Amino acid sequence: MAADVTRAVLDALTEFNAAEGTSVPVSPDTVLLGEGGALDSLGLVRLVMAVEHKIEDAFGVPVSLTDEKAMSQRNSPFRSVGALAEYAAALLAEPR
Amino acid sequence: MKVMLITGTRKGIGRHLAERYAAQGWHVVGVSRGKADWKLDGYEHHELDVADEKAVKQLFLDVRKTHGRVDALVNNAGIASMNHVLLTPLATMQSIFATNVFGTFLFCREAARLMSSAKVKGRIVNFATVATPLKLEGEAAYAASKAAVVSLTEVLARELAPLSITVNAVGPTPIETDLIRSVPKAKMDALIARQAVPRMGTMDDVSNVIDFFLREESDFITGQVVYLGGV
Repeated sequence: MAADVTRAVLDALTEFNAAEGTSVPVSPDTVLLGEGGALDSLGLVRLVMAVEHKIEDAFGVPVSLTDEKAMSQRNSPFRSVGALAEYAAALLAEPR
Repeated sequence: MKVMLITGTRKGIGRHLAERYAAQGWHVVGVSRGKADWKLDGYEHHELDVADEKAVKQLFLDVRKTHGRVDALVNNAGIASMNHVLLTPLATMQSIFATNVFGTFLFCREAARLMSSAKVKGRIVNFATVATPLKLEGEAAYAASKAAVVSLTEVLARELAPLSITVNAVGPTPIETDLIRSVPKAKMDALIARQAVPRMGTMDDVSNVIDFFLREESDFITGQVVYLGGV
């Protein structure tokens, strides 16, 4: 499942680039926020929405990547593409 | 087809709005806690509690799958409780805030996400009340909850402007609906006397303001609260 989630996140990033006219590198290593980050705050909002929709489409369940847990983590799940995919996979693995 | 989501459509103003906008050619997605005992072309009904985050997220997932978009959101669902503050249980405060504030917040958030990803010029209309600016005795919980809605409206207007979404609110005077059924006549007369135009409001007075907010030409109107009756 982790690979599928990573795929969904990378697909969302590709769509994000096309929609926003940006060229954020489509790779798990891409830094999103902070020093050397590819996104401003509105860019992050748009990317997170795109990722949520991709995951909802792929797995058929609503997800919220911006829950309290995400906001309180010492290492933000929004710091890189890989971290975001990891966080999403962990959310999906939780019992509902 | 343009899609409008209206909360609290089972009766009262919500039902009036659903009928009005479905007749104008919108596809209306209506929401309330109970079943609607009426049907309409261009209208679909969903039963849920607007403060239930899981249910709201599932609704928007369904709307996105079925329609791919939402163009307008009207956060009409609201409850009130007329009571002196010394006789108001915390549970009343909590349920009023849950429906009026948390529900409005959840629908704004989810609708704005879908509006943004569907790349529509979204319109969000929230419900305020004249009870807030009139500082109505006996309506502390209700007036405070709607003050929070006004704040949400004003801040969201700024946060959502870069996404081409406007957020405004209409503040009705008393209108003949279930919401005010338990308010004594003397109280109601005294309240109406404080308006610039001293009469009861009508549902058409409300939809007139909403029509204005929804217009394509109103893309420069955001973060505004229009109170009826000259309050």
